[in-house]
Amino acid sequence: MVVKTLPEFPIKKGEPAYKLWIFEPGWKGEIPLNFNLRQVAEQKRSALLPGHRLCAGCAAPIVVKLASFAFRGPTIVVNATGCLEVASTIFPFTSWAVPWLHNAFENAASTASGVEAAINAMKKTGRLPYEHVDVVVFGGDGGTFDIGFQALSGMAERGHDVLYILYDNEAYMNTGIQRSGGTPKYASTTTSPAGEVIPGKPENKKPIADIMVAHRIPYVATATPAHWMDFMKKVRRGIEVVGPAFIHSLSSCDRGWRHENAISIEVLRRAVDTCYFPLWEWTPENGYMLTDRSLVIARNPSLKQPIEKFVEVQGRFRHLMKPENREKLRELQEYVDKVWEDLLRRASNAPR
Amino acid sequence: MSKTMIKYPIHTQEILNVNGDEAVAYAVKQSLVDVVSAYPITPQTIIVEKFSEFVADGLVHTQFVPVESEHSAMSACVGAAAAGARAFTATSSQGLALMVEIVYIASGMRLPIVMAVVNRALSAPINIHNDHSDAYLMRDSGWIQLFVENVQESYDTTIQAFKIAEDERVLLPVAVNLDGFFLSHTLENIRILPDEAVADFLGGYRKVARVKVDYYDEEVPHMLNPARPLTFGALDLYDYYFEHKVQQVEAMKNVPAVVREVNEKWQELTGRKYGDGVIETYGMEDAEIAVVAMGSSAGTIRSVIKKYRERGEKIGLVRIRLYRPFPYEDVGKILSNVKVVAVMDKAIGPGSYGALYQDIVSSLYDLSDRPLTVDYVYGLGGRDLTQDMVANMIEQVKEDVRKGRVENKIRYLGVRW
Repeated sequence: MVVKTLPEFPIKKGEPAYKLWIFEPGWKGEIPLNFNLRQVAEQKRSALLPGHRLCAGCAAPIVVKLASFAFRGPTIVVNATGCLEVASTIFPFTSWAVPWLHNAFENAASTASGVEAAINAMKKTGRLPYEHVDVVVFGGDGGTFDIGFQALSGMAERGHDVLYILYDNEAYMNTGIQRSGGTPKYASTTTSPAGEVIPGKPENKKPIADIMVAHRIPYVATATPAHWMDFMKKVRRGIEVVGPAFIHSLSSCDRGWRHENAISIEVLRRAVDTCYFPLWEWTPENGYMLTDRSLVIARNPSLKQPIEKFVEVQGRFRHLMKPENREKLRELQEYVDKVWEDLLRRASNAPR
Repeated sequence: MSKTMIKYPIHTQEILNVNGDEAVAYAVKQSLVDVVSAYPITPQTIIVEKFSEFVADGLVHTQFVPVESEHSAMSACVGAAAAGARAFTATSSQGLALMVEIVYIASGMRLPIVMAVVNRALSAPINIHNDHSDAYLMRDSGWIQLFVENVQESYDTTIQAFKIAEDERVLLPVAVNLDGFFLSHTLENIRILPDEAVADFLGGYRKVARVKVDYYDEEVPHMLNPARPLTFGALDLYDYYFEHKVQQVEAMKNVPAVVREVNEKWQELTGRKYGDGVIETYGMEDAEIAVVAMGSSAGTIRSVIKKYRERGEKIGLVRIRLYRPFPYEDVGKILSNVKVVAVMDKAIGPGSYGALYQDIVSSLYDLSDRPLTVDYVYGLGGRDLTQDMVANMIEQVKEDVRKGRVENKIRYLGVRW
């Protein structure tokens, strides 16, 4: 395997933080297809600097940090309204070492379309001092599954060269844990509370990544920051493809999922181990391809954990652990199994 | 100004037979716009249609983003303008109502976007024809709002709008309002400038203003620049939000001077000017009765007033060209000697007076000798304003002057009861 190294960005002590991410005009970064991730992670600094006000245990900053390790050069970040946006840019402070734009809740995708169009126009007239500027969007599940879906679908249809990273914490966490289209069945939220009659959210999660696959864009993947190598590879691939790319990353929220804040990554690992959130990528050439842990589970089904493993550590599913709700848990298991079987049938690298 | 000083006198200007929408599209073509993002809505559609022809024929370098809604059209313009591009969009009525959330964000982020608003009535009942209810919808959004009278002015003002928006003293988005169908679909012979003259007038491609940021030791471009990263659209809590809104107000204060300047520069270039750029008056030197209006109706009203003037009656017209920021003091000065002011509002404000009327009354309040005022609501949903209606209105206010008081402050022109 040929490993091309990325140009180094030497950091001197006492230099201002923004210099970490400066790509001076005229810089022509190499865009290697194969790259040494460990080296990248060692050399590069995160686009999200310390000092943000996200909760302890939140996976969103890990998503951003891992993604930014895989950035390939000058990058503009567009952010939808949400936890990540409000906690990282409280004026007069900012945690972003890259140019960053927040417009509104539902229009991160269309805002990024405009940014990309502007970059193309300036390139056409010779006003862009770079060979290329990548555009990356971070959006939460509310701004992606629900209110922002139209903008996302429009962006995908028009084929803008934008990587959209969804950090899915499965509810509207910024406004206080209200249910979203990404909330799983039977999860208790403030607008779908587990009550005497209704045990949490009655509907299933919207299969957003599959919907993006149906748009036939060049690259779609699911990822979690627990599988960090896999995550960074996918981000890099999403940036490298020409055209829209979509990465659906599960991102635990200890406030909303009601788990110990020290086990965020462990919860995400369990989501993959139980096949609640399988890891895969999709390209028009290869179709669905299982990756990382999910591929291992597909090859060795005995490693597949029961859904209880994912549910038991989270307070939002506490009511499911009661004896009278065993049936609900079995139903959840059946749904997860069905989706997993479905994926195995479609995945081109799944063992037959 | 002597004719010899005009750089492009009228006989050197090419004639183009176009409607208002095409005139706007042509102005955008000449204005070196980087990104046009729009969604079709009657009666704005022709702007986008015409412009896509320019794109398809490779006559512009513009990236055309045909988005899936007006909300996204304005969002894409915000993204493009933040990235340092010159951005344009156009809309009408319900489209403006849909994008209004981002309309506020565009001005709050101080992005010099230009938008053509082809005025149309708001639903319900659904109606595709002209009135000003959509323009009034965005009147407190922090946008500069200009109203044009004819197709020629649509062309001129669209080019001027970029110059106004990008001025370092302003840095605010501009809405150019033209009356739906009356202007958007009516053919007129207009005079156009050569491409290079327009490019020259605007100073070429957009030059991004430089701002002082505490973090950097230098002034940095106010854009998404990887070499000098800035954070756009940060969260402002109670400790800074107020100050930032006040900064918007301060920028608004510079607008009338810039509009006047641009109007004068345009006159030096083309020989055309519209009043002082802010207000255009007709026969106001000695007028006792003043009619205040905006948009295409001014033409109809002017022709009626002309007839009255020929009979020696002292009637004048005040056409508000710059509606936001509203020129309160100037209007007060112009109307300080009249006996009655008839304000013509092309929109209805249920439970209130018309929006223009309220502004005019605010302008008059500080006068020692206040004239009588009447609010005439007319032309809703595209209803014609005829010369007879205007004459009828003038007769009514003459009667009010005779009586010395006004009953029925809100009156409707041409409505069946």
